[in-house]
Amino acid sequence: MVETTTQKRQLRSNLSRVRGLGSTREGVHHWWAQRMSAVALLPLSMWFVYSLITLTGADYQSFHAWVSEFGNSVFLVLLIVTLFHHAQLGVTVVIEDYVHSEAVKMAMIMIVKYGSMLFMASSIFAVLKISLAG
Amino acid sequence: MANDNKPLSPHLQVYRPQVTSVLSITHRMTGMVLVLAALLLTYWLASAAYGPEAFGRAQVVLESWFGRLVLFGFTFSLFYHLLNGLRHLGWDMGWGFELRTLRLTGVLVVIGAIALTFISWFWAYGHVGKL
Repeated sequence: MVETTTQKRQLRSNLSRVRGLGSTREGVHHWWAQRMSAVALLPLSMWFVYSLITLTGADYQSFHAWVSEFGNSVFLVLLIVTLFHHAQLGVTVVIEDYVHSEAVKMAMIMIVKYGSMLFMASSIFAVLKISLAG
Repeated sequence: MANDNKPLSPHLQVYRPQVTSVLSITHRMTGMVLVLAALLLTYWLASAAYGPEAFGRAQVVLESWFGRLVLFGFTFSLFYHLLNGLRHLGWDMGWGFELRTLRLTGVLVVIGAIALTFISWFWAYGHVGKL
């Protein structure tokens, strides 16, 4: 890295100066979390689409049997956690971009964050209820 | 807030639509559509956990012509967002910024998303035929 003389004279490191910057004062954390969840969603969503194709026309019993299988339960929970985390990150950025009132923006982001937790928990509980009922 | 006057994204009407900008806003729109798909996933799983009657009602809605139309839209949104997401990951690694490559990968994303959507639905209907 090329350092200018002004940078050399400063006591604070470049890392220290860049930390906590960005529109929401969290540096690259949001960006990185979105990429991490995106990469995980590539195989998870492909698996889910394949599963839906094979489940087309399935009745209540066969759907319960499918969810109850160990691997399917685990992948469903992983999909749910990653999906709602990724969705919540994306909606937050959209709100930050288009909602101009600071108060409304904060309120909407809170609703999105709490709402995603509610739907995540409900989905996981549904999978566990089906799975553990045998 | 320390700074309420942060720069925001420009309004869509400011620039003439181009392949790159149209695909970019479509990525966002499909993302928002997929949020609705995620909410439907919760409803579907919850109905299956609730009992046969609730699951039956959900299946009637999903198997109606309107339900299928919505699911078809969700399928396209998923494949578009997934393929264009790969494009984004490529950019993150510094690949594909040349204008020619940008346009080519953009067109491939659209063609790929349409193709995968139809393949999935034909496959699913073929699967029903075997039941």
